Amino acid sequence: MRVALFVPCYVDQFYPKVGIATLELLEKLGVEVEYPTGQTCCGQPMANAGFEHLTNTTSELFIKNFSGYDYIVSPSGSCVLHIKEHLNGVSNSPESTEIKKSIFELTEFLTDILKVTALPSYFPHAVGLHQSCHGQRGLMLSQMSEIVGPPFSKPESLLNMVGGLRLVTLERSDECCGFGGTFCVTEEAVSVKMGKDRIKDHLAHGAEVITGGDMSCLMHLEGLLRRAKSNVKVLHIAEILNAER
Amino acid sequence: VIDEIDKNGDHASLASVFNQNEARVDWHDETLWFVRQKRDRAVHQVADWEDLRSLASQIKENVLDNLHDYLIAFEQRALENGIKVHWAATASEHNKIVYDIIKQKGVKKIVKSKSMLTEECHLNEYLESNNIEVIDTDLGERIVQLAKEPPSHIVLPCIHKKKEEIGELFSQYLGTPKGNADAPFLTAAARAHLRQHFMQSTIALTGVNFAIAETGEIVVCTNEGNADLGTQLADVHIACMGIEKIIPQRKHLGIFLRLLARSATGQPITTYSSHFLKPRQGQETHIVLVDNGRSQRLKSDEFRNALKCIRCGACINTCPVYRRSGGHSYHHAIAGPIGAILAPGLDMNKYADLPFASTLCGSCTNVCPVKIDIHDQLYKWRQVLVRNGHASTAKAVGIKSMAAILSRPLLFKSVGRISRMLLKRFSFLAQGRYNPWHRQREMPAVPPQSFKEWYLQHGKKRK
Repeated sequence: MRVALFVPCYVDQFYPKVGIATLELLEKLGVEVEYPTGQTCCGQPMANAGFEHLTNTTSELFIKNFSGYDYIVSPSGSCVLHIKEHLNGVSNSPESTEIKKSIFELTEFLTDILKVTALPSYFPHAVGLHQSCHGQRGLMLSQMSEIVGPPFSKPESLLNMVGGLRLVTLERSDECCGFGGTFCVTEEAVSVKMGKDRIKDHLAHGAEVITGGDMSCLMHLEGLLRRAKSNVKVLHIAEILNAER
Repeated sequence: VIDEIDKNGDHASLASVFNQNEARVDWHDETLWFVRQKRDRAVHQVADWEDLRSLASQIKENVLDNLHDYLIAFEQRALENGIKVHWAATASEHNKIVYDIIKQKGVKKIVKSKSMLTEECHLNEYLESNNIEVIDTDLGERIVQLAKEPPSHIVLPCIHKKKEEIGELFSQYLGTPKGNADAPFLTAAARAHLRQHFMQSTIALTGVNFAIAETGEIVVCTNEGNADLGTQLADVHIACMGIEKIIPQRKHLGIFLRLLARSATGQPITTYSSHFLKPRQGQETHIVLVDNGRSQRLKSDEFRNALKCIRCGACINTCPVYRRSGGHSYHHAIAGPIGAILAPGLDMNKYADLPFASTLCGSCTNVCPVKIDIHDQLYKWRQVLVRNGHASTAKAVGIKSMAAILSRPLLFKSVGRISRMLLKRFSFLAQGRYNPWHRQREMPAVPPQSFKEWYLQHGKKRK
């Protein structure tokens, strides 16, 4: 099984520890991981701002770096969703179709492909799970509150395998944090208010750590928490799943 | 009023003003979240809810595929039923048709139940400029009318107003005692006030929720019975509808009525779902069918789906941005996610900001009872708007350089390294007031190495 690791551009630059945790976790589970070093970005920052037409070169670069693998795994629901929906560089080429089929967000790769049922992880803290919208509603990693259907959650099922970890129940299980790409600066007031409201919910239910599958949402929440001089930390789910005693 | 708001700014700046009073934002958010939760409780009692959504979506797709034929059939039946049918290509044609009917009757005042179409066409302003008084009879609409404001929500027009503010308005206009904000008392006062107008008015205007092609009848849904009282007392009933309101057969109505009230307010059904088939003895009924950009939209593969909308407002209640920015920040008759995809189709210049007033969280799409791909359309509108030059130069330059850097791995690596170094050494650079990220948030801590640098140094060695 040839598995490639895709580390989103902002994770590469600001949160290398998330890339490292993802790599270590996958290796721990017996996966041999390759990291194509010519990779940069999925193209989403341009596309969501309305500049999809400028993403041809990043798409081509993505295809060049990630073609030929059985699976592509990334610690970001948002970037994975973007590739699945908008990898248009070489429109509908067999390579791009192949990539759209073989790319997986980390937690769904663990639950659906590796079919992980136990983890050696240990993290003795009260944890609040932030369901990032693109992972949840886009990739359907968890049942959403809007839909009438049986409940499930891939990230939650993994967190439940972690020794010592206690998941807190939130008032609003899947409300957006307000990051939203360029939205976080173009609509600063609403973005900040949405983030503060999410944090309030986690704090009210005793979370010591807020986790999730997308570092972009967590970066936004972390910025707010640090400004408020809060002791509550944010950690990517890969860091928690990779934590041991 | 709407134009005045428009001059004062785009969604982001209006939302930022709204956010100056955080306690009020909390109140607004919680009020609408309460409605969203009521909707959740109601829909979870319907085991086949998702099947209903699919059915409704398919019926509406069928309507859009065959709209011409259904409209002709509807007109035919309506004429046979003794109804006068009018066609309006534009908002101004619609307004003129309505005015002409009123003028012909020599009437100076009409009562009007809720109709988002007439809001879209700015009918009230037009009639008032022609010295016709319009009395909105939906309680929420009457409140915003007294306040000289547009509705902030398509189902709950005055949801942005606290009951104390309504008490204030009523004491000013209806003569209720100052400081009385008791909801049942104010409702009774409104009822007495509206009753006079109902009794005096000989023309009643209503909207249309559904128009049935098979029978030529229209269905109007209200909770207050104001459409019924108005039309029953008046000599003339004018019903105004967008051409997309058609459903093929009466049997389909059950699907839509079950979806509409649950999605809108969490009720199993609206209190009044009134069918108007024929004018009663001595009454005159007019139906005005309005296009106003709809047939243009029907031609667009990307955006025609939005014509499936049944105006339930569920996407508005669920939208985390709407709840924290208020309906008036959308400076359009229809606020929220559905407004943000409808408005640019009417006027791309005026509403270029709206598709960007979203995080693309997708809650709207999944709550929509007729499965409109709202958040995907927001994304597509962004592409259309940028292609048509509706992006600021600064933004275009920024995004272009970002694309250039991200297209070259080596350049990305060195720009990343230099930027991180600059951020670390000269952190004040990113902390100025011009950085909207930093105004209320800390910047992320700068790591010594990127992942790639770490991997090239340690990654392979570890094996």
